[in-house]
Amino acid sequence: MPAKSKKNFGIKRQEMAHKADHLCKMKNCHFSKQEVERLLQLFKEFTKAVNTEIKRGKGGIDRSKFRDILHQHFDMTDDVLMDKVFRAFDLDNDGYVSEEEWVLGMSVFLKGTIEEQARFCFGVYSMRGEDGYISREEMYLLLKNCLVQHQQEEDAEEMQKDLVELALKKMDVDHDGRVSVEDYTKAVAQDKLLMEALGPCLPNSKCRDGFLELVADEKHKQRF
Amino acid sequence: MGQALARAAQWTSAKGGSGGKLEFTKLNEDLLNSVMKFVDGFGTKYPDEAKLIFKSPLTWKTSLRPEKMTGGYTEKGEDIVSSQTSEKDGHPMLTLHKVSSNEYSVSVLSLEFCENVLRMAGDQKLMEVRSCLEANRDPGAKMLGDRFATVEGDDNSIYRFIEEITKEIEQLAKQDGGSHGEVEEKKLQLKLQLQINRLDQQLLQQSIQQITRDVRLTPAMVDGEVSILKQLSGRDENKHVLESIQFWGDGYVFQNGCRAQPWRQLHGDISYIAVKPHDTSLVFVTANTSGYYCNQGPTNVGELDYTKQGDSYRELVTLIKEKSPKFAEMIENQEFALKSKDQDDPMAVQKMEKHDRDDDDYREKAHDKSFGRETTKDSDKQKKTQKKKKLEPSTRWKALGMEEYKEGEQEKKFAKKKKVPSRMRNKTPNDAEDSFSESSSESEEEEEAVERRSETNADLPSEYWQIQKLVKYLKGGNQTATIIALCSMRDFNLAQETCQLAIRDVGGLEVLINLLDTEEIKCKIGSLKILKEISRNTQIRRAIADLGGLQTMVKILREADKDLKCLAAETIANVAKFRRARRTVRHHGGIKKLVGLLDCATGQQTSEMEKDVQVARCGAQALWSCSKSKKNKEAMRKAGAIPLLAKLLKSTHEDMLIPVVGTLQECASEPSYCLAIRTEGMIEDLVKNLKSADPELQMHCAAAIFKCAEEKETRDLVRQFGGLDPLVLLLQKNDNKELLAAATGAIWKCAITTENVQRFQELKTIDLLVVLLNDQPEEVLVNVVGALGELAKEMPNRNQIRKAGGISPLVNLLTGTNQALLVNVTKAVGQCAEEQENMVIIDRLDGVRLLWSLLKNQNPDVQASAAWAICPCIENAKDAGEMVRSFVGGLELIVSLLKSEHKEVLASVCAAIANIAKDEENLAVITDHGVVPMLARLTNTTDDKLRRHLAEAIARCCNWGNNRVAFGREGAVAPLVRYLKSSDENVHRSTARALFQLSKHPENCITMHEAGVVQPLMKMVGSSDEDLQEAAAGCIGNIRRLALANEKARYS
Repeated sequence: MPAKSKKNFGIKRQEMAHKADHLCKMKNCHFSKQEVERLLQLFKEFTKAVNTEIKRGKGGIDRSKFRDILHQHFDMTDDVLMDKVFRAFDLDNDGYVSEEEWVLGMSVFLKGTIEEQARFCFGVYSMRGEDGYISREEMYLLLKNCLVQHQQEEDAEEMQKDLVELALKKMDVDHDGRVSVEDYTKAVAQDKLLMEALGPCLPNSKCRDGFLELVADEKHKQRF
Repeated sequence: MGQALARAAQWTSAKGGSGGKLEFTKLNEDLLNSVMKFVDGFGTKYPDEAKLIFKSPLTWKTSLRPEKMTGGYTEKGEDIVSSQTSEKDGHPMLTLHKVSSNEYSVSVLSLEFCENVLRMAGDQKLMEVRSCLEANRDPGAKMLGDRFATVEGDDNSIYRFIEEITKEIEQLAKQDGGSHGEVEEKKLQLKLQLQINRLDQQLLQQSIQQITRDVRLTPAMVDGEVSILKQLSGRDENKHVLESIQFWGDGYVFQNGCRAQPWRQLHGDISYIAVKPHDTSLVFVTANTSGYYCNQGPTNVGELDYTKQGDSYRELVTLIKEKSPKFAEMIENQEFALKSKDQDDPMAVQKMEKHDRDDDDYREKAHDKSFGRETTKDSDKQKKTQKKKKLEPSTRWKALGMEEYKEGEQEKKFAKKKKVPSRMRNKTPNDAEDSFSESSSESEEEEEAVERRSETNADLPSEYWQIQKLVKYLKGGNQTATIIALCSMRDFNLAQETCQLAIRDVGGLEVLINLLDTEEIKCKIGSLKILKEISRNTQIRRAIADLGGLQTMVKILREADKDLKCLAAETIANVAKFRRARRTVRHHGGIKKLVGLLDCATGQQTSEMEKDVQVARCGAQALWSCSKSKKNKEAMRKAGAIPLLAKLLKSTHEDMLIPVVGTLQECASEPSYCLAIRTEGMIEDLVKNLKSADPELQMHCAAAIFKCAEEKETRDLVRQFGGLDPLVLLLQKNDNKELLAAATGAIWKCAITTENVQRFQELKTIDLLVVLLNDQPEEVLVNVVGALGELAKEMPNRNQIRKAGGISPLVNLLTGTNQALLVNVTKAVGQCAEEQENMVIIDRLDGVRLLWSLLKNQNPDVQASAAWAICPCIENAKDAGEMVRSFVGGLELIVSLLKSEHKEVLASVCAAIANIAKDEENLAVITDHGVVPMLARLTNTTDDKLRRHLAEAIARCCNWGNNRVAFGREGAVAPLVRYLKSSDENVHRSTARALFQLSKHPENCITMHEAGVVQPLMKMVGSSDEDLQEAAAGCIGNIRRLALANEKARYS
């Protein structure tokens, strides 16, 4: 979309404002118009290198760039989880995070309500997004690296399985042996600590506040 | 080894000139064994010393025979001698001499050969050593020369030897620089002596150990054992271990506790016991100082045949076990009753209780005796209650299930019961700690944390293992695993003690506290959520404090996350329930931070602000716990807590108000807080919250008012804000004793102000209070009676108390023991006695006697208030003089109180004496008891209250015999004149009266005149107080008359 207005700065600005206006009026967006504009600017910045693809009207932040962002701004380190977070952002599953996906994703990621965030986390953990389930096996894979491997092998294996049982017991509210998104949101509503129960996928408060400051920073805006 | 041989070894008395023999006892055997060990192997350890030649040979009769002598020995006549000879004089080192055909004696010249002899003696070793030592009572002297002989009482310290020998060595060296050999020998001697000395000490020590182990029986031990067995004896074969057990004889106990006849005591007999087991006939046992043994039983003549039968035993039980298999079986089953410590305890308790009761009885008797009259109704009643008490077994006895004895199945039930009470004791520890009464004292809850853990793993509940597994995850997992484990742990019932202790026992506390030091907020929150729950347990509290958890939590208070702050403060609130923890919080700056939490905006509520309010609430809760320490109160004040608390007090939420008011209530014990609570306008809010629906909040408000209302301004404010009405309303909450205690306390203090008394009158408070005089705990009673005492200062109230039937319960309370209560009761009774009609009732109930007996109380406050109460009683009682005289020893008692060191006691006793002295006969009696010099001695006081009553007493006491002269002689007059310079009108009045009385004796007039009495008296003649006027004028008149008479005498 911004392809045509590329040469005309004023039009481009106008267009961005328009877009921001549209986005911030969506009901699942927690940002103000200014913040959305700022987010879009950041989006641009992140996609500068791969601008050509955006010209074609599709694309956006790709997987590796997104990982960089998560690592740089949100102190995330686990590659597997970062990939999963990327997939949760990439709603249409096209391998890129588009502008809209970026803004709406960030809205949940940074400012979401408890339920929104719980759904987001569930989406990250579950293979098939919010419609799927987290099975025992998936949980096992997610929690595989949780324990320090210093015990004897069989003991460690046993402990892994026990840990999965513990987690399942906490989250499987309807006792069907797997965790649905309803189970998960209910469990989190009961105990907020269970939000990232299967691995860190949300920013910690320090990073979150830092990034929000970046978004809200007026002076910063002038530089672009 | 001379000392050991002389002192410790047991010798038979010397018989037949052959010197003593070593007795065949265990002690001696041990000694001999040690000596043997010493000699055996000496040669290898100290070769040089072993070769040292003795000064004179050790010779003894030996069992050695020539045929046993092998290697290096030659025959020489009848003797067998060693080939080796001493260097000096060529004596053989060892000589075996034939004394007679079957007797040989051996002489040895060095330890080396001693060792050889022992080796050759083979299994006769011990015999050899024995006969050697028997023949040579002081082997040291023979070996090293006479100067090493053991002399009783001689200072044979090793240092002297060293000194002597080194001196000798030096001398030798000086004399002939060359004789090296001799010096060497001396040195060897010294070394050997040191060795022997050490052996000696070892021997002594050994024997002392032996001797101490051999404790002898005492009469008390015998009595104890018999009485325990007695409790376990009875008819029933299945329940009782013995049929009967008792002392044999006429039952007379000698002063030393023995029951045996004196001539038998000489043999060490303590008493004789007749035991009847279920399965055998009577067994007669002698309790001797050396142990228990059977005797032959009584002879026909009625005397015991004292001959010992069988072995001695250390314990009676062991002896009876031997005699009666049935007993042995039974006692095995009851073993716990005799051995387990738990069982002993209640025994002791009961004994003590009994002792106490005896004391009471004794006191009672003394009381009756001294007051002469026949036992009155009241003391009858007292006795009855005591008797009732006697019939009840001690509650602890009950709790421990002793009664199960009678029901059989002892062991099983006992085992069960034993566990239950202790667990119950621990289950709700915080309830006890939060109790109202102990609020201001600090030392209270340093209670022993009872360590109680199951001994075997089999007993551990399944939670234990599950919790252990979770703790493993905490230890070995990353953040995600930790969170899952923390959340799972909270699914356990953390209020249950098993879980709490399980977490501690598997090392969970350390991990939880370590988590607080991490960066992960979620982990911290999860950990604190658990700590908050389990810290309700006293043992966990201590453990958390020991692990340094408080320091970390105080640090967390600084974090930005509000949930975290809340949890940390709440956990601190739980942990800081004991003194050391409170101190730790203060030392790490926790008070300041907690006070900082209180600062929150109230009013318009956004979600963020609501959180702030929560933080403040948690902070207040923590401060509440901390405020039980005096220094913390100070720290809180300095940190500016008071205005913040005042702001929070405006809140409308009860969960906020309770900790805030609780803190204020706790701090109000400090005068600085009382003032601040008033000046910050908190009284209004406190009064407002008295009307709250929450009884806990009401209680704390009332308690805060109770403590603050010591100040007059506060009392006025309470009235102005309408606080008296709700306080009186609270009197109906009969089921909540804490609330009742706080409310009655507040009423008591408020009633000090007269305007408040009026309001209380309108509210018919007296009737309500009088109802509370029955069946209330002491904390409530103290305050109720205090309130009545204050209210009774007004005349109509005194009558109202009577009409409400309050006199009789008040008088009954005079028999209590609680000191605080007694002070208040005596005050109240004293106030009531101001009314004639009340006095009639008090007299009828024998209240004056009870008051009088309280003069004997050790507490000076009680003494003083009893004496004050006696004054109106005497004033208003009919036939007061007769009544007072009827208390035998009473007058002497009150006069003797003039020796007290407490001003208040002295003042009150003087006042009482002034009243007593109105009756001439009584005055005569107290004069006989020396009241005059005692009063005179007190005159130098500067205390106005004492001066006033002292002068009054002196004035009254002048009316008998030559007391006036006596006062003058005792030098009481001049100090009295000085009283006129006091600023207190009351002092002037009574002093003037006293001076008027004294001035009736001319000598006193002279003294007074010299002391410059005229001028102040002249001033007082002009006083508006008629009494004072009259007395002053009378005194001046007397002085003047004397002067006139004097003049007349001169001129005529």
